Amino acid sequence: MDIKDIIKPENLVYTKTKNMTDKVLSYCPGCGHGTAHNITMEVLEDMGITHNTIGVAPVGCSVLAYEFMNIDMQQAAHGRAPAVATGIKRVWPEKYVFTYQGDGDLAAIGGNETLHACNRGENIVIIFVNNGIYGMTGGQMAPTTLQGMQTSTSPYGREIETMGSPLKMTELIAQLPGVHFVTRQAVHTPGAVRKAKKAIRKAFEIQKEKKGLAFVEIVSNCNSGWKMTPVESNIWMVDNMFPYFPMGDIKVDGKLVK
Amino acid sequence: MAKVRGAIVVDVEKCKGCGVCIPVCPTDVILLAKDVNSKGYTYCYMENPEACIACTNCAIVCPDGVISVYKIKVAG
Amino acid sequence: MAEIKLMKGNEAVAEAAIRAGCDAYFGYPITPQSEVIEYLMMERPEDRTGMVVLQAESEIAAIHMVYGAAAAGKMAMTSSSSPGISLKEEGISYMAGSELPAVIVNVVRGGPGLGTIQPSQADYFQTTKGGGHGDYRLLVLAPASVQESADFVADAFRLAFKYRNPVMILSDGVIGQMMEKVIMPEQTPRLTDQEIIEKYGDWATTGKPDDKERNIITSLELDPYKQELHNIKLQAKYTQMQEEEVRYEMINCEDADYILVAYGSSARISQKAMDLARAKGIKVGIFRLITLFPFPSEQLNDLAGRVKGFLAVEMSAGQMIEDVKLAIEGKTKAVHFGRYGGVIHSPEEILEALEQKLIGG
Repeated sequence: MDIKDIIKPENLVYTKTKNMTDKVLSYCPGCGHGTAHNITMEVLEDMGITHNTIGVAPVGCSVLAYEFMNIDMQQAAHGRAPAVATGIKRVWPEKYVFTYQGDGDLAAIGGNETLHACNRGENIVIIFVNNGIYGMTGGQMAPTTLQGMQTSTSPYGREIETMGSPLKMTELIAQLPGVHFVTRQAVHTPGAVRKAKKAIRKAFEIQKEKKGLAFVEIVSNCNSGWKMTPVESNIWMVDNMFPYFPMGDIKVDGKLVK
Repeated sequence: MAKVRGAIVVDVEKCKGCGVCIPVCPTDVILLAKDVNSKGYTYCYMENPEACIACTNCAIVCPDGVISVYKIKVAG
Repeated sequence: MAEIKLMKGNEAVAEAAIRAGCDAYFGYPITPQSEVIEYLMMERPEDRTGMVVLQAESEIAAIHMVYGAAAAGKMAMTSSSSPGISLKEEGISYMAGSELPAVIVNVVRGGPGLGTIQPSQADYFQTTKGGGHGDYRLLVLAPASVQESADFVADAFRLAFKYRNPVMILSDGVIGQMMEKVIMPEQTPRLTDQEIIEKYGDWATTGKPDDKERNIITSLELDPYKQELHNIKLQAKYTQMQEEEVRYEMINCEDADYILVAYGSSARISQKAMDLARAKGIKVGIFRLITLFPFPSEQLNDLAGRVKGFLAVEMSAGQMIEDVKLAIEGKTKAVHFGRYGGVIHSPEEILEALEQKLIGG
């Protein structure tokens, strides 16, 4: 059989969602951001809420998320996305509102905004991409950088004594009553992507039911920052990030499960 | 039992050659080309098209969404 | 229905916001402006008009909540006092860059740093020259009474949406804390969601309809040439403000030899100083700024041709005086008199300064 007989519109089983624009992603080759974008946009499409959703982009590698996500979006100042999302959701309670933030944005400069939006139980979704490094500014130490990990601002490795421990922001906010659903996912394998997409879907369903804040952490790679090939970085992530940031649900239906 | 045949179409100009699609393919269909696109990236292609089962693994993990997957059932 | 009330300036701002049809207030307590959020919390505007009131975790969060709501086409405001405004400057700069309408009230206290909780006008530079980073301006209204504190809220929203630019109401600890009679305007109904989509759907993020291009609110532009074009567009708005929005009040300037230039509570105290001077036979008038940006440069310049001098009276070490001097282009003398650090000048001191620094100087 000729390939041309297979490649026909009626045989199409998977292609990029229309909720992503046709712009070439600004991310490095192999970066998990693109996959996290794709599944988030697929969820909106699957739920039929694209026209009713407002996204908030952070500062960091995903500052240009609004160029790629084909929905109404706002770009927030560094760390302020949860406050911006609060502002939107409070005046448009029937719209779906989400933030998409990296580790520096969410856990360092925006720690306070994250904590308090979670504590108020804002009816929003927070998607938190954690790759343990500041990618955009060139590979500096992040709050989630692992112990001993070398970055351009921890060139001899992160020392706990002087730089503190990697921050488990997700476990921290899971303690707060306003937070309904907390999970940690990844996007490095097809199985992981499917699970992560399910988790994001669940997060938006929670918003639909007005049950409180839903928080999805996606542990991801930064092959440029970690100075590895994309495939190596995914292996390194499994071996080094996952033990400290374990996969799975942390809080379900408002109850801690881990 | 009906046999499944699959095929992928790669948006060559948008592929960055990261290669994350290669290890996730259960039937070793994909390789990176020796050639490069206009941005200088090698890109993925079906080296072994007969083996494709349209599982969509490659497309799902592709960060840049450059892979479309097609599937037909062939009478066994 | 319009109503006569006895209120503090801060309370008047709050009540006027409800009546202006404001959709959301986000704030954080700081003296001397906490009455704004206290009044709103007590008044339950969510029941009166559906207006949202939220106490944020910080001034920073509050301004970014305003950003989010404003970028979604709603009438949003915040208020604070000097140290809190410094924290908000990041968000204000983003809003100016993203061209978002919002109202920000600064009930100024003395600084720098934590300074004092007493009244001051030392945030003039910060307010009129932008405040945060980048080339931008706020349209600035300076109330001199509780009545104006109320009236300027609706004005500020109108201007904010006209220019899609943040507007600041620059009050101070005197105006914010004092009680006066105030006539409250009738309730303006809040716009419905549908009206907002119809009016602002071409730019606000209210959800992308299937048949329309999406809206993006951002202040980021990586291409410097495009960023320059954006800056030129912003500057054109400020030029238009200069042409269309200058507001001021002239009191007894027709026959005046000397002019006291002032705004806010300084302008009120200057009135007594003017009376004292006139009682001594010195022909004094007052030029009261209502908009601090746009600055009434042309009007002051005209006046400069026919008076003997200006005394800039301000509760700062000399900030507005710089704009006065620029405006009058050296046509006549302009000197500064200020008390600061939270100290308010007395009318007698102003008269003394007039006689010694301007007339005798």
